[in-house]
Amino acid sequence: MTLPSRRILFLLPILLFAGVAAYFLLRLGEDRDPSQIPSALIDRPVPEFSLPGMTATDRGLTHADVMRTGNEGKVTIVNFFASWCLPCRAEHPLLSELAQHPNVALYGILYKDEPAAAADWLKELGNPYAAIGNDAKGRTGIDFGISGVPESFIVDRAGHIRYRQWGPLDQPTIDKTIMPLLDELTK
Amino acid sequence: MRRRIFPLGCLAVLLLWAMIGLAQAVEPGEMLADPALEARARTISRDIRCLVCQNQSIDDSQADLAHDLRVLIRERLTAGDSDAQVRAFLVARYGDFVLLEPPLKPKTYLLWFGPAAIFLLALLAIALYFRRRRSEAAPAALTPEEQAHLRALLARDGEEAAPPGGSAP
Repeated sequence: MTLPSRRILFLLPILLFAGVAAYFLLRLGEDRDPSQIPSALIDRPVPEFSLPGMTATDRGLTHADVMRTGNEGKVTIVNFFASWCLPCRAEHPLLSELAQHPNVALYGILYKDEPAAAADWLKELGNPYAAIGNDAKGRTGIDFGISGVPESFIVDRAGHIRYRQWGPLDQPTIDKTIMPLLDELTK
Repeated sequence: MRRRIFPLGCLAVLLLWAMIGLAQAVEPGEMLADPALEARARTISRDIRCLVCQNQSIDDSQADLAHDLRVLIRERLTAGDSDAQVRAFLVARYGDFVLLEPPLKPKTYLLWFGPAAIFLLALLAIALYFRRRRSEAAPAALTPEEQAHLRALLARDGEEAAPPGGSAP
């Protein structure tokens, strides 16, 4: 073997190691939460569901509501919440602001909560939802693939899920991700 | 006597603690009456990741969602789903991440075959190394001129003082 190629052979493991180390280092440095798993539902149709309302007189929320909103030219935000969930309280003002957006319909799904507790909660903080479905057993939550509350899904006008917010919404996410996406979806 | 009770008490607490650790999260109320179905449910749930605690199976996890998923698996099995259908149902909602063992597909080839590939590469490198060493250890035979020169040198060496304790072959 000639000398230069032999030297490369010796350097190869070091180069390989450097490459792997650099890759790991970059991944570590990324501003990402490893517990945040991408949703399996992105770009898929919103799951079919039919939920009763919080009280006997509420009409509840179904899959058809989301589709109708889309037909009206609006983007739907489906927000899973519960009164026992502190981060839900934290994101509530931001959600209420989003609900003011002219091209957005905000729907709530009450996840495994007492309707009475939720009613008190909404009375205290205000009710930003156009309609609320009561997911008492959490089955609709499983159909959406949620792992807890709060989680929010942005559904485009064709009824496809385009974005999933894992955990509470915050201002940077709204500015950087949600608003541009809403603009794109309502163009 | 008093002194003896303390270690025994500690041991009892430790044993109890270990037993709790060994106990499964599956609650008696969740179990199916049909032992065959229940066994299938247990097998499936041992391979399903709890999305809340993430490094536990739903069979081990006390999380609320794990309980819901265990109940769901049992419902689907009772309704006549095959094991594969139950897994597909969960993957459709939670993605491949819900499976503790990643499925074999082009995206995971590196994960599945990477270690074996590195092992084979290492074997190849070692084989090359030893082959080269062997060829270096057995250098080419001397040419007739070289042999003549060597003989001449050895002969001259022999005429002069022989090295102490050494003898030329």
